[in-house]
Amino acid sequence: MDGPQIYSRLTDILRDVFDDDSLEATPELTATDVDGWDSLTHIRLLLTIEKAFNIKFSTAEIGKLENVGDLARLIAAKR
Amino acid sequence: MKQLYLELGWLPRAPQNFAARVKSLGTSQGPLGREIQSLAASALDLNQLIKLAKAIDKARAAGASLEPLIPFRLAILSNSTLDLVAPALVASAARHGIALEVIQPAYDQVAQEALDPYSKVNAAKPDAVLFALDYRALPLKLSVGTGGADAVVQGAIGYLQSLRNAIKANSNALCIFQTFAAPPELIFGSLDRVIPGTWRSLVANVNEQMATAVFSSGDVLLDIATLADTVGLAEWQDTQLWNLGKFAFSDSYIPLYADHVARTVAAVRGKSRKVLVLDLDNTLWGGVIGDDGLEGIQVAQGDARGEAHLAVQRLALQLRERGIVLAVSSKNTDEVAREPFMKHPEMLLKLEHFAVFQANWNDKASNIKAIAETLSLGLDSFVFLDDNPVERGLVRELLPQVAVPELPEDPAWYARTLAAAGYFEAVAFTEEDIKRAGLYQDNAKRAQLQQQVGGVDAYLASLDMTITFQPFDAAGRARIVQLINKSNQYNLTTRRYSDPEVVAAEEDPSVFTLQVRLADMFGDNGMISVVICRPNAPTAWEIDTWLMSCRVLGRKVEHMVLREILQHARAAGIEKLIGTYRPTDRNKLVIDHYAKLGFTQTGTDDAGNTHWELQVAGTEVETAPMKVVSRGFDVTAEPSLA
Repeated sequence: MDGPQIYSRLTDILRDVFDDDSLEATPELTATDVDGWDSLTHIRLLLTIEKAFNIKFSTAEIGKLENVGDLARLIAAKR
Repeated sequence: MKQLYLELGWLPRAPQNFAARVKSLGTSQGPLGREIQSLAASALDLNQLIKLAKAIDKARAAGASLEPLIPFRLAILSNSTLDLVAPALVASAARHGIALEVIQPAYDQVAQEALDPYSKVNAAKPDAVLFALDYRALPLKLSVGTGGADAVVQGAIGYLQSLRNAIKANSNALCIFQTFAAPPELIFGSLDRVIPGTWRSLVANVNEQMATAVFSSGDVLLDIATLADTVGLAEWQDTQLWNLGKFAFSDSYIPLYADHVARTVAAVRGKSRKVLVLDLDNTLWGGVIGDDGLEGIQVAQGDARGEAHLAVQRLALQLRERGIVLAVSSKNTDEVAREPFMKHPEMLLKLEHFAVFQANWNDKASNIKAIAETLSLGLDSFVFLDDNPVERGLVRELLPQVAVPELPEDPAWYARTLAAAGYFEAVAFTEEDIKRAGLYQDNAKRAQLQQQVGGVDAYLASLDMTITFQPFDAAGRARIVQLINKSNQYNLTTRRYSDPEVVAAEEDPSVFTLQVRLADMFGDNGMISVVICRPNAPTAWEIDTWLMSCRVLGRKVEHMVLREILQHARAAGIEKLIGTYRPTDRNKLVIDHYAKLGFTQTGTDDAGNTHWELQVAGTEVETAPMKVVSRGFDVTAEPSLA
């Protein structure tokens, strides 16, 4: 799976988790840009991503994520 | 079989248009309960549960009626994060007929909320309070080997007792207590079980004493310890999620946990199921009694398949002993269906265990309705167990109130799947319960089935069936021979032919042969019907053989077969079809086969055979909702789509 495919999957997941069909996964997107992206939804988002890509994040990796770009790179590295 | 619990394997998968249907709830008029319950009836993942819960909360806030769901207000006291659990509970409760409202105080305010008469929980006057505590909430100080373990356990029980008394005094809500799942990390290893003061020993003792206290007090028990054991402690306890977000257990199991809470709440409201309706062939035994006979069905110890079906019987029998009413709905001739219960030595279930025994050729939705009327119980008390996905689909479609578990391919898992669904969850067990199964039995007379549930045609259309006609050929031969020699019930003449005889029919140009296959949305049923017509007079075909698998009964396959025969007859210049019904002790099912298809009876002979004929010209057969594929007929080559 390459970059564009990961972003397209992430877009679907973001829309599903935040229940907002206008969301678009971009490298610069951060939690502050999205309504309802609080610490709890953040965990739910990561859990959904883990299941969708069949990967597991470590606690340290979760702590270091700054934006969707970090997330996509981490997913790519794990696959 | 981990997936069974993880993915709620007894529920049908979520519909493709789930999200769209949830969205359209907002624009619906009138009571939303049925649509909500139907959406909740499938196996939803956490995100889907949250979506549905949001829609329910929104509808409630907008003042929409959630009828016929029964309102229930549940407060939750917990030492863990509930933000994902609470919506999962709301959606799962709808699955069980409950319009749940969750009262969720601030994080980790258990004692404060219970003790303060003006707390959020007490002020809300909930119907029930769920103590969703995990082992970390208990005042348990590890005291390995110091001899103070008993006091520690007593301290924990005392703490729980004081919370309960406070809730009782302040809001008088029903109290629901969860048992505790122990952490999987051991200190000694095996000895943790016996050395006082280890987590394993402390938690086991607390669970034991709490369960006893709860059961005798009229409070309600929710056995999370057993649930965690069932799926595996290592799966249940997720330390990373606890550290990250104070989740008491793995998010993967939130749907399962929520369903368990929901079924408990439903049981409190008397919504547990009371009747188990069982299919017979390939459900209570392996094989088809009408075709395989008493010696052919698999229901013996020592045979893997037989033991799987015996496990279903054993579970049904145990359920009956605790008061669940048993009934049978089977597509069979009554006497044939009763035979194994009376004569097979290995059968655990006997006729006297059933309150109602419905073996006939009607559709199962009509049968279950008749059983409900006979027992004077609502359809929402019913569970229907059947190996056949088409029967399950029909009952779900026509009688959505009836619970119909999905079953895996392998009968080895039937009993476990039925048990995992938790349809018969109880919050109490009384003398009445033990007597109930017998009571219903005394009152029940065998239901007479006259009226048919409407909508069967619509359901058949939704099956997306394709019927394929071909003449006999080498590829189909083995199955043709098997069907000719095995089919007993839907078999007009019961003529058995060997392989060379079938080859002879195949190669004789004056003989018309048909092999028929049927596929539907559930898969390919394979070859399900065989016909052989032999020339009689120059312009007549004698239907020498006509048989069909009972698996596809009630789908109008026989009508489509006649239609196909007529087309080929016309093309071959045939004017008349001649049919014979030769009665055996197995084929009463088809005694009216030719009458129903519009043939005229021409006589009965001394052997009891009835003779029939049909004029080819002018006979039109009503088409059934299925796609027709006709191939391999070199002479006539009709258009393949009717």
